[in-house]
Amino acid sequence: MSETIENTNAWGGGGRPYNASYGKLMMWFFLITDALTFSGFLAAYGFSRFKFQDVWPVAEDVFTHFPFMHGDHPLLFVALMTFILIMSSVTMVLAVNYGHKMEKEKVILWLSLTIVGGAIFLGSQAWEWSHFIHGLDGVHATLVSNPYGHPLFADYFFFITGFHGFHVFSGVIILIVILINVIKGTYEKRGHYEMVEKVGLYWHFVDLVWVFVFTFFYLV
Amino acid sequence: MANETKGNWWIWKVFWILLAITTVEVVLGMIKPEFLMGQFLGTKLINHVFIILTLVKAAYIVLQFMHLGHEKKSLKWTILLPALILIPYLLFIVLTEGGYSYMMM
Repeated sequence: MSETIENTNAWGGGGRPYNASYGKLMMWFFLITDALTFSGFLAAYGFSRFKFQDVWPVAEDVFTHFPFMHGDHPLLFVALMTFILIMSSVTMVLAVNYGHKMEKEKVILWLSLTIVGGAIFLGSQAWEWSHFIHGLDGVHATLVSNPYGHPLFADYFFFITGFHGFHVFSGVIILIVILINVIKGTYEKRGHYEMVEKVGLYWHFVDLVWVFVFTFFYLV
Repeated sequence: MANETKGNWWIWKVFWILLAITTVEVVLGMIKPEFLMGQFLGTKLINHVFIILTLVKAAYIVLQFMHLGHEKKSLKWTILLPALILIPYLLFIVLTEGGYSYMMM
């Protein structure tokens, strides 16, 4: 891209007015739409909660279990899940950072750890779901009824954490594909690791959504 | 990229900030201090604290981890403005309606 084009008419085509590549811009635009989708879900959750505030279950009374521990431990397990996702975000930035420096071995290391983090998170979510579905005193949680309170509570739980979990699942698949490419040396040949950066944007977004789900489903 | 020369220390700095905020949130959620249980602007005071802390976390993730803070100004606002305008608007409308539906039941 010649300097003159960008300086004379940034929007005339052929230039990069945002100073970002096509792929990165498209990832950002996708993430905005996805952010609005999740906002819609959480706003709908807020609506139902305001409307049925007298009979809405308190999340701390519903999610109180922790693997291999007895008794009530509200928030502990979900705090661990949050920590795992934040940690996998950190390993992702490290992979991106080493991608900038073209250090293939380090990218492989940190990308692999990110995948492990995502897999552990998915396992934790499966555990959380099975406990939730198992219910109380032999009454299971389904889409039409649950022992915790208003039926909509279970619907939103399945829908919002399920949609987020599906994002994590897709993220893990994409990360594996990218990791294979890194190992094969595809980006080494290409001369840059921008693909790692793009999947990194997606991965951080998944972490970002979880931060909000954590607050509005478990804390507030 | 400014970060190419910056090394990794900033990543760990953000990590510790995110971890500290999450810890504060979890501890507050567990002990529920009495002085934060009063009502303020339609909900408990503690919920305002949670929401503010969450927005701080979100800002660190988007601006640092997603690098948006270091992108061109025009790109930064193209991404942020739709979210900053539409989401509060949506929440205001939908939650107001939710409160009204409750009163009408």
